[in-house]
Amino acid sequence: MLDILSRYNVLLAFGLTLLLAFLSAIGALIIGTIVAILRLSPARILQTIGAAFVTIFINTPLTLLMVASILGFTYILGIRLGANTTDNAFWWAVVMLSLYHAAFVCEALRSGVNTIPAGQAEAARSIGLTFGQSLREVILPQAFRGAIAPLGSTLIALIKNTTVAAIIGVAEAAGLMATIIENETGGLGVFFIFAVGFVILTLPLGVWFTELSRKLAVKR
Amino acid sequence: MSSPVVLFDYPGPKALRTNRILTVVGILGVLAVLALVAKKMGDASQLDPAMWLVFLNPEAWTAYLIPGLIGTLMATVFSVFLAGIFGVLFGAGRLSHSAWVRRPSGVVVEFFRAVPVLIMMYFFKYLLVWGGWFDSAFNPLIAVTLALTLYNGSVIAELVRSGVHALPKGQHEAGLSLGLTQGQTLRLIQLPQSLVAMLPALIAQLVVVLKDSALGVAITYQDLVFWSKTLGSAYANTVPAYIVAAALFIALNYAVTKLADWVEQRLRRTQHVAGPITNAEPNVIQGTGEPGDSATNALDDVLEHLGHDEPESRG
Repeated sequence: MLDILSRYNVLLAFGLTLLLAFLSAIGALIIGTIVAILRLSPARILQTIGAAFVTIFINTPLTLLMVASILGFTYILGIRLGANTTDNAFWWAVVMLSLYHAAFVCEALRSGVNTIPAGQAEAARSIGLTFGQSLREVILPQAFRGAIAPLGSTLIALIKNTTVAAIIGVAEAAGLMATIIENETGGLGVFFIFAVGFVILTLPLGVWFTELSRKLAVKR
Repeated sequence: MSSPVVLFDYPGPKALRTNRILTVVGILGVLAVLALVAKKMGDASQLDPAMWLVFLNPEAWTAYLIPGLIGTLMATVFSVFLAGIFGVLFGAGRLSHSAWVRRPSGVVVEFFRAVPVLIMMYFFKYLLVWGGWFDSAFNPLIAVTLALTLYNGSVIAELVRSGVHALPKGQHEAGLSLGLTQGQTLRLIQLPQSLVAMLPALIAQLVVVLKDSALGVAITYQDLVFWSKTLGSAYANTVPAYIVAAALFIALNYAVTKLADWVEQRLRRTQHVAGPITNAEPNVIQGTGEPGDSATNALDDVLEHLGHDEPESRG
């Protein structure tokens, strides 16, 4: 088992997992926030656009998005995101992970807004705050605190879902595991190395987000 | 949905004008995106009628899409059934009053929730090939089912646990005062109610299983994604094949979500259980402490905030 660790660069593979997760988390946060703004906007058509985005990406398997990104978008439609095959697969994985999790980020932010009782906004208006002021001083701080727990779940899910990129040949943790398990004996040990790797990545994050959401919870 | 009321007042003349501008901008934006997609697809001749007429040909369905749907549904049904059993067993285990049952159950549940499903699928595929216990044709299905069972079973275990925690304390106390043991109280009073209260969330979990079963393509399981890939190369209509497969997945999952909403509404009306009914997605973050200490449960906090009668609206 130890010789496997010396012959394969497991840490490098987990590094790629982290890079994938980091870039996709930023992408998902940006796109998800935009979609949440659309869904919460007063214009009916923008709400519909936001809802359509969420329905499409929450209900489509990430695997299908990944497979389609290479076999469909790259080969057939000729949309290349990188100079060579490796770069192209990596950046398509980032794009698809971002889009897929953006739908969940949007729902997390929206559920944060939904935890606010209507009375809060009514009180803000009745003491004469403008729209911008009530948003800045009353609504958004509460919405953000209410969204921490679901955002944490989304981030953890994203880290685990980076493994799906292995299907299109990105050499992150799951990709390396598939290679090792193919070539070496002792699959149980290999499984535990990678499984424990993901436990280390996600479990402390879960504990931290739970702490944070409890500490910042709005007492009502 | 309460959000528009929270965020905006009833629109006056100025707000109505802004809304109209936003509406026009939104329509133009969507049209621009659609035009771009259409142009890209047109350039690659993926919009040719022949590419799409394939789906009117019964063979496309009988030889590709229906076997794909059967593959996806088969893995889903087996996994959900087994995950339900796993979830109730380990959920009850985490609620046990004996630390010898509680701790190991907790470790198992937290472990399988933290490990990506794909990693488990690779491992079980390897294990089954190594062991050679089954006909090799069944190995992918068994590996997919095992991986999905362990992950989703752990999520269901957490749902069961938070469902029991969400019941009023009086239920447990009433059971004990009737002379039931701790185990009997859990089995006869708390679990049945928590399962009913969690039914909408359990149904919503089906969406996750349906989507994750597609991971099976990585270990050559023949599900809808696999067969849409084959369909795409057989008729040389790759992009339309994926679009149709995605549409099938979206329709299936949308129907399941609606069913969960309907069950939730119905349970709320009939009020057979003492606790809150929810189809909130399993919002229990990992590593949330020991049972019995209800303050450490994320879902309890969320439910408390929502108030017991406020439905969690979802997409």
